[in-house]
Amino acid sequence: MDVKERISKTVSDNDVVLFMKGTPVFPQCGFSSTVVQVFDYLGVNYESVNVLEDMEIRQGIKDYNNWPTIPQVFVKGEFIGGCDIVREMFESGELRTMLTEKGVETTA
Amino acid sequence: MAMKGEDIAAMIQEALPDAQVEMIDLAGDNNHWKAVIVSKAFSGLNRVRQHQLVYAALKGKMDGANGELHALALETKAPS
Repeated sequence: MDVKERISKTVSDNDVVLFMKGTPVFPQCGFSSTVVQVFDYLGVNYESVNVLEDMEIRQGIKDYNNWPTIPQVFVKGEFIGGCDIVREMFESGELRTMLTEKGVETTA
Repeated sequence: MAMKGEDIAAMIQEALPDAQVEMIDLAGDNNHWKAVIVSKAFSGLNRVRQHQLVYAALKGKMDGANGELHALALETKAPS
């Protein structure tokens, strides 16, 4: 599978995917850490991909979305945005609404 | 290598001439910036498309190891 197929499969196999630097337990960049905190706060189950462990994905995900920065968030296969968009949507309440509308459970 | 706030703003305004750009120095170190950008070009676009316009204006300077800008937060909106 080439990198584009690997990304497609990951985002279609999981309701919520976070491409990040580091892991949810040990984020290695402040922007990634912010998204982890938002998801934890909302109680969202998500799959995370550590781009620092996979150079092919690290570049591939930027090309995939024409988006130069990490983190990147997908919900039900759709690219939602990076840290700033997720934070803005969280603060306005849109993020919880969108997740609910898409049938993603939030437990908090 | 860091970029000056005024240089970042100038690149954005070159691509989006009507844009009002406010640069906020998040850490006080002239290196971690937030840009608040208001432009008619954003009208009717979702946030992803709005941010993509800004990234295009910055012509690769956000591109990780090769880019000069590693910390630029964005807030974009169309004029109300």
